[in-house]
Amino acid sequence: MSKRTVHFKIYRYDPDKDEKPYMQDISVELEPSDKKLLDALVRLRAKDDSMSFRRSCREGVCGSDAMNINGKNGLACLTDVEGLQQPITLRPLPGLPVIRDLIVDMTQFFKQYHSIKPYLVNNDPAPERERLQTPEDREELNGLYECILCACCSTSCPSFWWNPDKFVGPAGLLAAYRFLADTRDQDAAARLDNLEDPYRLFRCHTIMNCVDVCPKGLNPTRAIGKIKDMMVRRAI
Amino acid sequence: MNVAKRTFDAVIVGAGGAGLRAALQLSEAGLKTAVLTKVFPTRSHTVAAQGGVAASLGNSTEDNWHWHMYDTVKGSDWLGDQDAIEFMCKKANEVVIELEHYGMPFDRTDNGKIYQRPFGGHSMNYGQAPVMRSCAAADRTGHAMLHALYQRNVRANTQFFVEWMALDLIRDADGDVLGVTAMEMETGEVSIFHAKATIFATGGAGRIYYSSTNAFINTGDGVGMAARAGIPLEDMEFWQFHPTGVAGAGVLITEGVRGEGGILRNAQGERFMERYAPNLKDLASRDIVSRAMTTEINEGRGCGPDKDHVLLDITHLAPDTIMKRLPGIREIAIQFAGVDPIKAPIPVVPTCHYQMGGIPTNYKGQVVVPKDGQPNSPVAGFYAAGECACASVHGANRLGTNSLLDLLVFGKSAGETVVEDFQSGQLKLKPLPADAADVSLARLARLDGQTNGESVFDVGLEMRRTMQKHAGVFRFDNLLKEGVQKIGEVAERAKRTEIKDKSKVWNVARMEALELDNLIEVARATMVSAEARKESRGAHVRDDAPDTAENPNGRDDANWLKHTLWYSEGNRLDYKPVNLKPLSADVEPIALAKRTY
Repeated sequence: MSKRTVHFKIYRYDPDKDEKPYMQDISVELEPSDKKLLDALVRLRAKDDSMSFRRSCREGVCGSDAMNINGKNGLACLTDVEGLQQPITLRPLPGLPVIRDLIVDMTQFFKQYHSIKPYLVNNDPAPERERLQTPEDREELNGLYECILCACCSTSCPSFWWNPDKFVGPAGLLAAYRFLADTRDQDAAARLDNLEDPYRLFRCHTIMNCVDVCPKGLNPTRAIGKIKDMMVRRAI
Repeated sequence: MNVAKRTFDAVIVGAGGAGLRAALQLSEAGLKTAVLTKVFPTRSHTVAAQGGVAASLGNSTEDNWHWHMYDTVKGSDWLGDQDAIEFMCKKANEVVIELEHYGMPFDRTDNGKIYQRPFGGHSMNYGQAPVMRSCAAADRTGHAMLHALYQRNVRANTQFFVEWMALDLIRDADGDVLGVTAMEMETGEVSIFHAKATIFATGGAGRIYYSSTNAFINTGDGVGMAARAGIPLEDMEFWQFHPTGVAGAGVLITEGVRGEGGILRNAQGERFMERYAPNLKDLASRDIVSRAMTTEINEGRGCGPDKDHVLLDITHLAPDTIMKRLPGIREIAIQFAGVDPIKAPIPVVPTCHYQMGGIPTNYKGQVVVPKDGQPNSPVAGFYAAGECACASVHGANRLGTNSLLDLLVFGKSAGETVVEDFQSGQLKLKPLPADAADVSLARLARLDGQTNGESVFDVGLEMRRTMQKHAGVFRFDNLLKEGVQKIGEVAERAKRTEIKDKSKVWNVARMEALELDNLIEVARATMVSAEARKESRGAHVRDDAPDTAENPNGRDDANWLKHTLWYSEGNRLDYKPVNLKPLSADVEPIALAKRTY
């Protein structure tokens, strides 16, 4: 592949100098090895070092470089430049306060994650060896524990946009079910109590944007459904 | 600039595996602790570890820690300190079981125990046959571990300073460590974190190389800070090139792929590792496999139109096994190599992966330096663990799965030492020198005022290219000599970096310029230490130190069985003895021998 020029339209805002945000038209010439959107953004930064975004692992496991790409949330490092319609329009994740350019304030997102007590609770004295778990029971955690907390899902969810302070959101609820589904965890009742509320769990209206955008192919809607099932089962 | 002062019992820099494990120890003991991290904790690079963590649990094959210790000493090419290695291998079961209790979702055997797979260089009965020692959560072990550790810290109420970049180490006139200066990314403001104890858990600096499996954030911040503050760096010539980085992209493909039965093939389809390591074959240790691959490529048996890579083949494995044990690898291969490994082999090349050297520590996590004739005198108030530290358990070559073990064992150990020193009243809050923040403020002022300077991007690129060419998988005397010269020139250019972006708010340009200062220290240390070591050992193999009867594999124990210490000031080198004595009197030392697999 030869060199090619790619055109962007990027949300820019530096509170230190800009009165308000604006969309910047900018182009960059890519090297043949620049395949992913993140490669292109790094190339852009070499040209304009004020272009601000988070990034780290560049292989889709750290969750840093989530952004809104041509209208859809995704990770820059897992998105091929080839196939994106130009100009490639980049905006910060929707629904969270913008700190600068493509960098959002994730406080609310993590607050919701922390609110579901994202840790194993088991009050039995710790045995000398591992707690046993059958391969089948362990498989229940597949599709749940792989979440990278990138926030693509929660920030594509209209319910989260409206009530980020009250609705846990898909990422937090996926984590909640990860512990509910773990045979080693003893806190199911308290976990369900914690979610039994018109907002925390039940604001999910199965719009399924979360499933559509998850870069890890996870399904928060299914996990939320399972929590709702557990609520129903314990009510009868 | 106004500099706020914050006071803690302890400050931990870095929130990857080692930092989080140390933080747990401190939080649970009730110490007032600040954990500084330039990324949200679960974005630390531990998250990218794939294949597993070593522990001789013996869940699937017979195993014991003596065998693990033997493998680690041999893997280190006898440069590892045997007291620290004994400590790590003995503690492995305890720290892995703890993680399981914290909720880490390990895969399971049919009888419900932690699933273990074979890994390179790990053997049973002192090298006889592969052993199943790597405790794994599919091929996402690092991710599962980092999240479990973070979650446990949420439970322990650990206080994090997220997106704060540590700038410089604060030492007083006695050389004692009193904390760090750090910059909050969101505001650009600088604070002093004044503490009785400072633990560095800042990870490695794999980004000194052009082709690296490492994340953007792996810029050796702690190592650079220590070097600038006069702490020597140990064994920095030893860098691990992982055999299987995706050709072109550099993204890691775990050795666990070979643990599950994957085979490396050259252009003729030959399983060439049989010629280089008749016993362990594709599961020989990483330095051996990376050199074998490079030799195959250099001798014209590479694959592809440019004959510049070899193939990692798992097409003979059952698709079920791949989907169950290696799902992340399949995703990576599809994303970054454009192949589905169920159907076609993955193109791979040796890629810079891990820094064996680092800040010198003992097995307790104390930072140790030569002082008054003692080679290992603790620096009061200073501790380090994980990839930034050199305990030294990996010596000249690390075994796969020993890095996750290292950060658990020594993160915990450093934490325990701090808690003990704190509770015994040994740790004091010494007064801050008046100029505690001056070095950092001067660096920032220089950067803000620089005109007609060098681009951070260009200088960084030159550094990476220089390291790649002059200190790669095979090393050549003339290239190393030139490399010392060239990296010195790059270091001079780095003193004049200029950023266009002067914003206070989340200034990535400023962060990258400050990171480059750290990388440069590491690059200089590597090149100078490598040029000076006139033997071949582990990952450091020179053209002028070949395999001879007197020096098998080119290793020269008579002259070079010693640790390098590099001082930033004056590019000065010093050496200290390797500890060949295990920690316990009843443990036999592993006697020097030629390394074969």
